[in-house]
Amino acid sequence: MTALLDIENVFVRYGQVNAVRSLSLHVEPGEIVTVIGANGAGKSTLLNAAMGLLHADGGLRFDGADISSWGIERRVESGLCLVPEKRELFGAMSVADNLILGGFRVEPTERTRILASVYERFPRLAERRKQLAATLSGGERQMLAMGRALMSKPRLLMLDEPSLGLAPRIVADIFDIVRKLREAGVSILLVEQNARAALNVADRAYVMELGEVILSGGAQQLASDPRVAASYLGLH
Amino acid sequence: MDSLIFLFLVQDGATNGAIYALLGLALVLVFAVTRVIFIPQGEFVAYGALTYALLATGRVPGTVWLLPAMGLAAFAIEMIGKGSRMSGREIATDAATHIGLPVVVVGATFALADKSASALTNVLLTLAMIMPLGPYLYRIAFQPVADSTVLTLFTTAIGVHLAMTGLGLAMFGAEGLRAGPLTDARMEIGPLMLTGQNIAVYVATVALIAGLWVFFEKSLYGKALRATAVNRVGARLVGIRTSLSGGLAFGLAAAIGAASGILIVPMTTVYYDSGFIIGLKGFVAAIIGALASYPGTALAALFVGVVEAFASFYASNLKEVIVFMLIVPVLVWRSLGAVHDDEEE
Ligand SMILES: Nc1ncnc2c1ncn2[C@@H]1O[C@H](COP(=O)(O)OP(=O)(O)O)[C@@H](O)[C@H]1O
Ligand SMILES: [Mg+2]
Repeated sequence: MTALLDIENVFVRYGQVNAVRSLSLHVEPGEIVTVIGANGAGKSTLLNAAMGLLHADGGLRFDGADISSWGIERRVESGLCLVPEKRELFGAMSVADNLILGGFRVEPTERTRILASVYERFPRLAERRKQLAATLSGGERQMLAMGRALMSKPRLLMLDEPSLGLAPRIVADIFDIVRKLREAGVSILLVEQNARAALNVADRAYVMELGEVILSGGAQQLASDPRVAASYLGLH
Repeated sequence: MDSLIFLFLVQDGATNGAIYALLGLALVLVFAVTRVIFIPQGEFVAYGALTYALLATGRVPGTVWLLPAMGLAAFAIEMIGKGSRMSGREIATDAATHIGLPVVVVGATFALADKSASALTNVLLTLAMIMPLGPYLYRIAFQPVADSTVLTLFTTAIGVHLAMTGLGLAMFGAEGLRAGPLTDARMEIGPLMLTGQNIAVYVATVALIAGLWVFFEKSLYGKALRATAVNRVGARLVGIRTSLSGGLAFGLAAAIGAASGILIVPMTTVYYDSGFIIGLKGFVAAIIGALASYPGTALAALFVGVVEAFASFYASNLKEVIVFMLIVPVLVWRSLGAVHDDEEE
């Protein structure tokens, strides 16, 4: 079986700075894969490059196709989607318009159908559909960002620190949604600093440090690895 | 002051102000979506006015050749840039919009251009010739530098303005043109006599603004344009091509410019370089509206028109000076506000 996302020996640079170095990673269909690592390890850079916001050198394949020369819109159309760290919502526009635009590349009838299913998944958004995105609370904004991403019918959803800045109860909700999305057939690539929660929900995990993968394996196995425990789970 | 003169000046000002409002809105739109300060907006006014005036006398305007030339140039740039990475369907779409469309418009123009053609036919032909120039111009001159600074984009805009003025001279000659009114209808309101042209200006302005509102609020592409203006990264992430938004914004600006030209050319003689000053007055309104607020810009435009009417009555030599001085207090006020903004960041 071909991997859904296959990143092979990829480099990403900001000018002279090598933010991602010789990195390889793959996500199989139906998997939840997490990338954990300290602030500045290069996790966001990796996701942004996979989405096409940044230029990457190396192998980038999605569902078997070489996507390295594709524009973002073509990647979106083929089922790749990123919920970025900063969410990048349309603040001055309504919740409903944010969602509708999430389905910009989807057929109109299909868009209406998916919109209904997103409202069903996030009743909070349905209640606030007329409200401007900028006026939402942090948790609601994250839900809107995920809802907007789901509007594009993603096959692989890349989530960049979805728990960042959220209250613990809401973080639990978000990870719950991640599990449910996988049950609905969406594969997930999850980047987190909250390593404990991420390892809990994921099948497999990669640990990044200074732009490189230093460890990888089953999520449970890594969670009990003493090196991971010491550096990322706050155990001594 | 004589109240009749007062009313007359207000009416005159409102008519011009309506035109400035349209141009100001186009400037705000283009800036919000592409960060381009669209100096050539006025050239589209002159092109629209002169194209319409020539068609009204049964002649074929030079703009009809500019259209396929620019379409071909835009198509060539697109193909050289990324033709090898495009699918067959994408290339076909591109060829249709850049070559097929101009060919159809050229054919229609030669088939329909005639002294006896109706005003509506000429209006539609003019819009069909001018509107596509917007996206072509964006593709040729602005998309290649789309990610550079506002200053670079501004410099490009000035270059385009000069080039388009020169082309205007080549296509239309140095002589001014004037067209007959769109309609001969008249209407009396108390002491005021509204000509059909006045009414056409008001109706067209209100209709265009209403049309733009519906487009931005209700249509997917209108929302995509707003989204690009609000958050470019967000727009790219949902699969909106920023080049598509840019082309769309330029198309709307070109159409608004051409419509403005058609509306004014029965009221005043238009020369190949008349657009610049007219566009600048829309620009004054847009600056007063902070290049951001659509209702603010529309109101400011009416104000600019009325001030201009009074200035030309009481101090006609200083008319332009007075109008352009309007932005000074606004800039001073804003620069005081800017100190505050910097502290916040
Ligand atoms: N726009 C940028 N320009 C230059 N360097 C950057 C930029 N964004 C991130 N970096 C650098 O790249 C490295 C990786 O950053 P990032 O991918 O954001 O890490 P993470 O998401 O793991 O916290 C850091 O050293 C950061 O300083
Ligand atoms: Mg990050």
